[in-house]
Amino acid sequence: MEALTAHLSELGHGLVTTVELTVVTTVGAMLLGIVVATLRIAPVPLLRAIGTAYVEVFQNLPLLALLVLFVFALPTIGITFPLFTSAAIVIAVYEGAYLAEAIRAGINTVGVGQAEAARAIGLTFGQSLRHVILPQGLRAVIQPIGNICIALLMNTSLAAAVGVVELTQAANTVNLVEAQPIAVFTGAGLAYMLLALIIGQVTGLLERRLAIVR
Amino acid sequence: MAPETTGANRPMVSVRGLNKWFGPLHVLKDIDLTVAAGEVVVVVGPSGSGKSTLCRCLNRLETAGQGSVEIDGEPLPAEGRALARLRADVGMVFQSFNLFGHKTVLDNITLGPTRVRRIARPEARQQAMALLERVGIADKADHHPAQLSGGQQQRAAIARALAMQPKVLLFDEPTSALDPEMVNEVLDVMVSLAAEGMTMIVVTHEMGFARRAADRVVFMDDGRIVESGAPDDFFAAPRTERARDFLSKILQH
Ligand SMILES: Nc1ncnc2c1ncn2[C@@H]1O[C@H](COP(=O)(O)OP(=O)(O)OP(=O)(O)O)[C@@H](O)[C@H]1O
Ligand SMILES: [Mg+2]
Repeated sequence: MEALTAHLSELGHGLVTTVELTVVTTVGAMLLGIVVATLRIAPVPLLRAIGTAYVEVFQNLPLLALLVLFVFALPTIGITFPLFTSAAIVIAVYEGAYLAEAIRAGINTVGVGQAEAARAIGLTFGQSLRHVILPQGLRAVIQPIGNICIALLMNTSLAAAVGVVELTQAANTVNLVEAQPIAVFTGAGLAYMLLALIIGQVTGLLERRLAIVR
Repeated sequence: MAPETTGANRPMVSVRGLNKWFGPLHVLKDIDLTVAAGEVVVVVGPSGSGKSTLCRCLNRLETAGQGSVEIDGEPLPAEGRALARLRADVGMVFQSFNLFGHKTVLDNITLGPTRVRRIARPEARQQAMALLERVGIADKADHHPAQLSGGQQQRAAIARALAMQPKVLLFDEPTSALDPEMVNEVLDVMVSLAAEGMTMIVVTHEMGFARRAADRVVFMDDGRIVESGAPDDFFAAPRTERARDFLSKILQH
């Protein structure tokens, strides 16, 4: 227990970084997910192909490998980002593929009649998506989206591997000093659990608040 | 403008040589149809004869393989914003209502006017309420579609189409999904629209509606318009064998 209380400030900083990384990445991944899901149902074959390629590439590569490549390979061609930014971009791009698939599943629950009615009153493809299809499709998959966000939270710990001092990295550092892995990682684990529970609560709340009256 | 193209005889819908294929299936064959402004045309015919497909070609929910469709003298644009704009002038009422499930009845109706016509919200709401009043469901404005009966939903869908102030209204079997006791509340709204001079193309098996409101009945079979005439003539003395056959089947029920 002392191993934890003696290092509250380091661990606290790590926790804050984890939360920041999770929030920034979730927002980015949601936007990417919506764009990619939209590409996958676009009326233009080329756009659909781009959407499919995106999902296939990023669902079939390990996140750790992507992180390492991005952080260590890009500088060799002269592109560098701050570590936090790099991690946020890579995780958002990666989770965006999973969110795109969840969102596409949601879109598929919306009947074709809805899209036809939207087109029939003169809405453009973009307007139909924004005002008719996505609001209903997203509502249908709030729960799976919440689960992906929890997976995203857990995956932010991989940022430790490229030097971002988030919660896992902070715990690691503390453990190097204290050599009390059980106490330190139980503490960190509980913090992750708490965050996951919060995401779960928010998901449940959104699901109830946004439920479509049936 | 030339005299013959103004006033009541101006063609509002003009279909020339329309052909449509679904893969190898030839579902519309050389369709020619002109509907004058203010005219009410009822389309009847056996299942699979192409009635829905014809309707859907008129606002390009389906793209025709050959031929032309003009709405109020303007050819249907191929794609994009121009098509969206023209679609706004062609109202459509579906068999399954297709109200937007996540929006209230009022918001269903104001969506098109605010987003397509760029009418200010308060004004759009006011117009929507007037339309709901007219179809008799003003008290349901803040309900969601699922909280309405089928007949009320279809009347809301008609109000949604009317809110765009369309030049033509297409109805594809608007009462087929309704319980029998709700059919008339919808038909009454349609009859009053017809009486007010709305140009309408109505696919229906409600022969009562055809007699009450139609100027013309068009009979389709196997992708062709086989017969076309005034309702009284058509029902009393169909000229073709296929129309006689069809009428004898539906009038038995
Ligand atoms: N999307 C589609 N793909 C393939 N074939 C289709 C499609 N839509 C309709 N068809 C076929 O086209 C033909 C005409 O169909 P349509 O729905 O226009 O007939 P209908 O006269 O409206 O029939 P009903 O009275 O049953 O509604 C039918 O043979 C139908 O199976
Ligand atoms: Mg049909």
